[in-house]
Amino acid sequence: MQRLFFLCAFLYCISTNTTAQDCNITFKGRIIDFHDKTPIYGASIFVLNLNRYTTSDIDGVFEINNLCKGRIIIEIKHLSCDTKQITIDINKNISEDIFLEHHLEELNEVILKASTKTEQSSVEQSIKKAVIEQFTDKSLGDALKTISGVSALSTGNSIVKPMIHGLHSSRLLIINNNVRMYDQEWGDEHAPNIDINASDRIDVIKGANTLKYGSDAIGGLILLRPKKYAIKDSLFGSTLTSFNSNGLGGNLNSEIIKTYKSGYYTKIQMNYKQFGDFEAPNYNLTNSGIKSLNGSVQFGYNSFEKGFDAYYSYVNNEFGILQSSHIGNVNDLVNAINSEQPRIIEDFSYTINAPKQSIVHHLAKIEAYKRYKGFGKLTVQYDFQINRRKEFDLRRGGLKNTPVIDLRLFTTSIQPNLQIDYFDDLKINTGLLFRYQQNDAISGTGTSPLIPDFDKFDAGIYAIGNYNLSETTEISAGFRYDFSDINARKEYNVTDWQETYNYDELFPEFENGDISGTDIPTNPRFTYHNISASLGLSKKFDNNMQLLANYGLASRVPNPSELFSDGLHHSAARIETGLLTIGKEIANKFVLSLEKNNNDFGFIISPYYKHINGFTQLIPIGITTTIRGAFPVWEYNQVAAQIFGIDIDVNKKISTNFSYSGSLSLLQGDNLTDDIPLIHMPAANFSNRVSYINANLNQLTIRLSQKTILQQNSYPDYNFFTYNATLQENVFVDISSTPPSYSLFGLHTSAVFKLFNKGSLKLEFNIENMFNVSYREHLNRLRYFTDDLGRNYNLKLKINY
Amino acid sequence: MKITNAIKTTRLLALLFISVLTFTACSDDDDDHGYDSEEELITTVRYTLTNGNNIVTLTFSDPDGEGGNDGTYTVSGNLTTNLTYTGVIELLNETESPAEDITEEVKAEADEHEFFYNSNVSGLAITKTDTDGNGNPLGIETSLTTGSAGSGTLTVILKHEPKKPNNDTSADAGGSTDVEVVFNITVQ
Repeated sequence: MQRLFFLCAFLYCISTNTTAQDCNITFKGRIIDFHDKTPIYGASIFVLNLNRYTTSDIDGVFEINNLCKGRIIIEIKHLSCDTKQITIDINKNISEDIFLEHHLEELNEVILKASTKTEQSSVEQSIKKAVIEQFTDKSLGDALKTISGVSALSTGNSIVKPMIHGLHSSRLLIINNNVRMYDQEWGDEHAPNIDINASDRIDVIKGANTLKYGSDAIGGLILLRPKKYAIKDSLFGSTLTSFNSNGLGGNLNSEIIKTYKSGYYTKIQMNYKQFGDFEAPNYNLTNSGIKSLNGSVQFGYNSFEKGFDAYYSYVNNEFGILQSSHIGNVNDLVNAINSEQPRIIEDFSYTINAPKQSIVHHLAKIEAYKRYKGFGKLTVQYDFQINRRKEFDLRRGGLKNTPVIDLRLFTTSIQPNLQIDYFDDLKINTGLLFRYQQNDAISGTGTSPLIPDFDKFDAGIYAIGNYNLSETTEISAGFRYDFSDINARKEYNVTDWQETYNYDELFPEFENGDISGTDIPTNPRFTYHNISASLGLSKKFDNNMQLLANYGLASRVPNPSELFSDGLHHSAARIETGLLTIGKEIANKFVLSLEKNNNDFGFIISPYYKHINGFTQLIPIGITTTIRGAFPVWEYNQVAAQIFGIDIDVNKKISTNFSYSGSLSLLQGDNLTDDIPLIHMPAANFSNRVSYINANLNQLTIRLSQKTILQQNSYPDYNFFTYNATLQENVFVDISSTPPSYSLFGLHTSAVFKLFNKGSLKLEFNIENMFNVSYREHLNRLRYFTDDLGRNYNLKLKINY
Repeated sequence: MKITNAIKTTRLLALLFISVLTFTACSDDDDDHGYDSEEELITTVRYTLTNGNNIVTLTFSDPDGEGGNDGTYTVSGNLTTNLTYTGVIELLNETESPAEDITEEVKAEADEHEFFYNSNVSGLAITKTDTDGNGNPLGIETSLTTGSAGSGTLTVILKHEPKKPNNDTSADAGGSTDVEVVFNITVQ
């Protein structure tokens, strides 16, 4: 058909030269910018089948005369615009408006420069695909620790919770493929359920510009983003496999992507990971294995004017928790602290017994967008998540295989968003959010639930503007309002309700029925109004220098564990109690960043200060005696707090092949109410890396790295004495003192080989903890029981096809 | 042709997507939104010492479990000097009616449990008279011998997953503590 047409056109062209009849038609056009409807000057217009050129004038207007009846194909080109082809049948004089799009990156594969940012005026750092692949068999928290100012609160080595500037859990927003993750990561031992292999890039936003996603990014924001694919017919994929000597395990990750010229694309990714017991330098960490099965499917349609994206991901994690960390009472904890090694050390095994966590997370979203001429882009996203968390403890008899915690959290939201790019210098991003969340404490656990049944409703509205003051200066400002309503159902112990916490006088309206036995049914209900705001400034100087200044006002409503949690934590030998009196947390954050982006010599110097009113923390307040003996009671309380520090990153090219990079993070957290340090603040740390890269020799890379974590000397002293029934004397319980400084060295080598026409093979060999150092990290909750991981040899193989 | 393919693939994926959602939305649990009773709870530890008609019971009772009111200790009387008592321990969950006998559960998993007894009253000795399936001491049944007059404490500890055999101290046995109660007693 097409061929026939060209033939016809060709013959027609020949004939037009000889006969000039009916060839006096004029096609008049105007080239207009899609966004702001301004005329585009100097666009080239090429009539393909007639081999004729013209250009648009200052008003965007062009004219092609002496056209014959028939079909013409026109190609319109303009610098920094997407080339457009249109086909028109002409039989009389016509005039037409043609819209051109100058935002190439929206359409095509995103070509990332080293300094590309999500938001120009925001203090942020990114992890690229290459680094994500280094952590293919580890967790999100491990990968993020490569960024200065990011640390992790962990339970063993598999449950790793990222921390930005010492803040974690509900103070960090984790946005997975534009969906805010809700996976019950309230407690210290709840890590985000994310398969990092599903993302192409991870951004950590320390400063402003988080308002689109929520009001409560007191710590910051973690954005996991999938890749955008080019619009062309293509089929490609990769398979990555890794093996580790420590834990005798690894993972297998495969992805395959099909894209069509029509704009459709689809991607399927699968990941399986398994490890047995890990080992510290001197002993096995019995029951520390992992089993994890993850997958994601994505498909969509991408064109300039409209498109959609559907995404579903499944994460199934089973984490063994060090068997020795299951203890009965505070005397068991004292024994663990005083003993050099874990009380249970068995031979290596892949078996995962109790205590363990088993978590399944489903996430699905569908997003559709449409652009309007001379206005902007409207996006609507619907998403939902189901998180099912089961925690198993050592139990007696028939309850052995019954979880002690069994919670199901369902979250669904709808978010319309409007990006207005009509104005040259001003971009506006505004939107709404409606979210419903339901927690279901599944019955049959034989325990009273840690978190009760609740329904939560959120609604939010935000607007963010980015304004270019000049070529080099940009400012941004944002505002957000949120409404939250939480409605829970929980049975309280009558004595606790009436006497211990005085709730019968504070919240008589919550009482919801008659006392039965020792319990009283209640229906706690809270509503909150939240205001948050942000201000950002970025100024570019010569020599690739840039200065960023961010201010943020963030407010966070108490999470369900802070309000309702009530129960015994075996791995910590403590009773944790939430309080209905906990209120909002309001933070003022200031972040500065002076950056020089250059391959030869670059740096980022970023000081920050946060003041938090009503900072909610979990601290020990006393001892209670139960039938199991004594337990410290940890209660949530609120204080005024400040956190300040500085993150420094440096990179320097030494020679053609050698380069150096290093980073340093200093942080101090103060409890201003009690004039003592804050609990669980990351210690000062620094790292150095020297790399040799030879692009001509199979991209051979050899990197030597070192990371030192200094002892945290600034910690609150919550030590206490307890009566030891066996020794029949009071013993000292040192839960606060921190372990000494440690340094870890690592080696990374990799090379890429061409396999066949389009395929390549990447081989990687790494050594972690090269000198097999025994160490304990004070942000690892199992530090009372065991040393951290010993040396690991790691081999990775990646095939691109 | 390609577009038809794309549409087909799209339909297929849409079907997959919807079926996955339907599958996950259907819950596999019958949740009655009720409140679970504490099934593992031990509210009462009773140590009964018998010599003929001379019966002394040491009871620790915490009927509302962890939290709420603290538990209470009751000792029915004083022990007599230079006498041997037969001791039996009883663990109950009295939030259920009739009270659940947890001792039976411990007995059923005798190889994973062991009781330990300590006292700082001079001359007072307690020996375990029963064993688990492997011939190691269990401690539900004991023999208590008093010496001269005195007063002090008697501690009862139940360990879950202790090292067995051990040197008869709870410290050596390790494991996790399920019960630890301390009675004040007098021998006269």
